[in-house]
Amino acid sequence: MAPVIRIVLPFHLRTLAGVDGEVAVSVDGDITQSSVLDALEARYPMLRGTIRDHATRRRRPLVRFFACNEDVTHEPADKALPRAVSSGAEPFLVVGAVAGG
Amino acid sequence: MSGVRILVGTKKGAFILTADGKRDAWSVAGPFFSGWEIYHMKGSPVDPDRIYASQLTDWFGQIIQRSSDGGKTWEQPGSSDKLAAEPSDAPAMPQGESNNFVYDTSDETGHPLTTHQWYDGTQHPWEFARVWHLEPSLTDPDLVYAGVEDAALFRTTDGGKSWHEMSGLRGHQTGAGWSPGAGGMCLHTILLDPDNPDRIYTAISAAGAFRTDDGGDTWRPINRGLRSDYIPDPTAEVGHCVHRLAMHPARPATLYMQKHWDVMRSDDSGDNWYEISGNLPTDFGFPIEVHAHEPDTVYVVPIKSDAIHYPPDGKLRVYRSRTGGNEWEPLTEGLPQEHCYVNVLRDAMSVDTLDPGGIYFGTTGGQVYGSADGGDTWTAIVRDLPAVLSVEAQALP
Repeated sequence: MAPVIRIVLPFHLRTLAGVDGEVAVSVDGDITQSSVLDALEARYPMLRGTIRDHATRRRRPLVRFFACNEDVTHEPADKALPRAVSSGAEPFLVVGAVAGG
Repeated sequence: MSGVRILVGTKKGAFILTADGKRDAWSVAGPFFSGWEIYHMKGSPVDPDRIYASQLTDWFGQIIQRSSDGGKTWEQPGSSDKLAAEPSDAPAMPQGESNNFVYDTSDETGHPLTTHQWYDGTQHPWEFARVWHLEPSLTDPDLVYAGVEDAALFRTTDGGKSWHEMSGLRGHQTGAGWSPGAGGMCLHTILLDPDNPDRIYTAISAAGAFRTDDGGDTWRPINRGLRSDYIPDPTAEVGHCVHRLAMHPARPATLYMQKHWDVMRSDDSGDNWYEISGNLPTDFGFPIEVHAHEPDTVYVVPIKSDAIHYPPDGKLRVYRSRTGGNEWEPLTEGLPQEHCYVNVLRDAMSVDTLDPGGIYFGTTGGQVYGSADGGDTWTAIVRDLPAVLSVEAQALP
């Protein structure tokens, strides 16, 4: 059975996805930024393009990723996320950068 | 006509103002999409309850929203309410594609991604940033044009589920000479000729006005007669900072233009322009509109210089010409005539088609003013919204 990954979304993306609190998605294979975001976008297709650019698949500049109190934004997208995330003990956080507004 | 609906896009959400035909008592709905910038909302001329909205933030990019009930409820086109439990359950419709604005570089229909001029005169790659303007078709509620930054024209034929670039405009041979205005290199105006479905006008800041006569395959600059002292050759074919175009549907060959400086007019579909600034206190400004029933009645909002961006003398005055330009009268009754330092942006003025014809505009100070008598008298419908980006009036049957 594929692991279930917990994800915390920022307010605007929770609104778009129509969810309150955390979301949980099943992820096949290695648990990485890429595989987690792929699973998130498959489950919530309205989020496509909001975290990663449609064309380049690159992270949007004002989006960051946190896990286990660490900033993993600039880790390679195919690097394994911490075991606590892949086990479901800790969530993967998608965060809007603090930039005023 | 039983009433009017005003679609207001702001820096922090959307609002919908409604009134009956007398237009003296207003209901305010919203905010919708709280916290998001709503650059523009516009309804279909053939189905006023079908409304499209451009929603975005710098954080999470571009979203397209659509309503089929006059703005009561909204959806991202193609994103089913019933989420796919697993990816394999996804419906056949193109979920998650309604915000997919990718320039067409295909061999079959596209043009290579080139560069345009940057602020410092160097060349800069074309990058999609946002949808500035949505223009629904005059005949098909599922067909909508989108003007985007960096300048290009997109089109949907499936009600916003998927968008495809009409690349002939971006691929125009003059593209390397286009440059961004202060707000970005935006395609902000789309005018559809009601007499000729193959003829579309667009305007880009700062490239100028363009026209297609073949449904969008090929385009040509229509800037002869413009003079812009902020470019090396003031009468160049492109490079002009056109702020807005307006047209009366009964006289589609006559165009009005608010340029960065200068209010201009063309009587030959943009082939030649001449200045109609006349006695305006300043000919800088952003919006320009034409009365719904009087093709020679034109409205502008003069703004002080290109570096200050507020009304001259702290007085908010709409200027009206009833002679197609040159002779302008200030309209002040009901508008603040002291200590007013707001701006009125290019998409933030609109007319209704009721009788008598009404006109509305929104300000960067969050006021939306309306006039049910063609501008003779004004009232503030709302005073304290976020900065207003766009205003569209719809007459309701």
